[in-house]
Amino acid sequence: MDLTTFLIQCLNALQYGLLLFLVASGLTLIFGIMGVINLAHGSFYMIGAYMAYALSPVIEATLGGGFFLTLLIGLALAVLLGYLLEWAFYSYLYNRDHLQQVLMTYGLILVFEELRSLLVGDDVHGVQIPDFLSGSIPLGEVMSYPVYRLFVSAMCLVLVVGLFYIFNRTRLGMMIRAGASNREMIQSLGIDINFLYRVVFAAGFALAAFAGMVAAPVSSVYPGMGNEVLIICFVVVVIGGIGSIQGALVAALLIGFIDTFGKVLLPEAAGVLVYLAMAVILLWKPNGLFKAA
Amino acid sequence: MTTHGDFLLEAEGVHAWYGSSHVLHGIDLRISRGQTVGLLGRNGMGKSTLIRTLLGHVPQRDGHITFFGHDCSRAKPHQVARMGVAYVPEGRGVFPNLTVRENLLMAARPGRDGRCDWPYERVLERFPRLTERLTNLGNQLSGGEQQMLSIGRALMTHPDLIILDEATEGLAPLIVTEIWNVITDIKESGIATLIVDRDFRRVLSHSDQALVLQKGLVELAGPAAEVAESPDLTRLLGV
Repeated sequence: MDLTTFLIQCLNALQYGLLLFLVASGLTLIFGIMGVINLAHGSFYMIGAYMAYALSPVIEATLGGGFFLTLLIGLALAVLLGYLLEWAFYSYLYNRDHLQQVLMTYGLILVFEELRSLLVGDDVHGVQIPDFLSGSIPLGEVMSYPVYRLFVSAMCLVLVVGLFYIFNRTRLGMMIRAGASNREMIQSLGIDINFLYRVVFAAGFALAAFAGMVAAPVSSVYPGMGNEVLIICFVVVVIGGIGSIQGALVAALLIGFIDTFGKVLLPEAAGVLVYLAMAVILLWKPNGLFKAA
Repeated sequence: MTTHGDFLLEAEGVHAWYGSSHVLHGIDLRISRGQTVGLLGRNGMGKSTLIRTLLGHVPQRDGHITFFGHDCSRAKPHQVARMGVAYVPEGRGVFPNLTVRENLLMAARPGRDGRCDWPYERVLERFPRLTERLTNLGNQLSGGEQQMLSIGRALMTHPDLIILDEATEGLAPLIVTEIWNVITDIKESGIATLIVDRDFRRVLSHSDQALVLQKGLVELAGPAAEVAESPDLTRLLGV
């Protein structure tokens, strides 16, 4: 592998890892803080991707279009949808056992897949890359790297930094972390924990949907795309340590690199490398790399 | 309609259940502004349950609870807290995964009447030990430091009433004295307190009013000095 290929693969790995993190961060927070195993989290990613596909013509027709406008409206819809879902379904799951959570969230996967099938059909669709991001940057003499992929990584990085800032530096972040360790105490400090949960859930939904939206032009949109992401995100959450957002970031990047380089260097074993890595890490650290309190 | 006058807290006929076990059998309790009330009784007589019921943490409850005349009988815990009630629970309730600084700052809010006389700096001034530990996580503190943090955090919410459950449990004698000094300071700054502690003599000497629970009922109540003189006291406390 020459240096240019290596660099390109690193960029791919980074982009994939960051996208995974956006989905996995919500999953780990919802699991770590509310104690809910959310199997439907992959569907949130799918909903985002299909929003990118379905919204852009609508926004083109009504508001004159615009890539960022589409993203922004999609994000707003995701927050709203997350808020409603929490209120209608997830808020009833907090004190239930894991079996009931798994059953209901699995049911939601079926509902979302069926709704997708009814609304957009079962075909694979491509999503247009906006013109101003459709170019490529030449790397070396024969290779080049698409600008859009760099843009995806940059957007994700901005979100990662923002997320870590909120989580580690703001009062909201302190409350969220505190809520994970002692629900009764946080309420007796005057904080409405149900509202806090709703905010965390809506944010988790929006992050996953955002990842789906920006990934759509690269990956196209297709049935079952959410479930692929869900499984790999559970790997990320488990490796990183359940409830740990730092762990999720490290694990997502790790998986991004293992998967990307695995496909290049050991294509025969690429499918199992990620799971092998998980097994090794869990043997070494049964609670994951970072243990949340 | 309840007549509240100067009463900060009025509880009438409070019942509470954990599942099928009936723990509180109709308790009356009144706390005036700035008053210190001692809550005594042997283990398992309902002290912590009473506190948790007043704070809204026991869902199976009955009776009337008002704070400043506002009905809080069915209020949620955060609504009770926002009526100006702070909680220093048994076991301190310090967030182990937050630093000392974060434990304090996340709780900060002005009081019901907009009071802000216990800012971060003043809390640290009152608990110099915490100043040295600002970047330590909650679970890296000693028991005494945790209790100071828990009380400091309660003050950051500018409460009208602080409820302390097992205020000095498991602390070294020197720290115990310090905590009682803090309780005296709190009283002098005009904040009412409801105190549970194993050392009933100290509770009574620091309180204006006292009540003794026995099997979920108030068996003895009145001015602390009278309760201290009561011939029934030692029997009720099993000492």
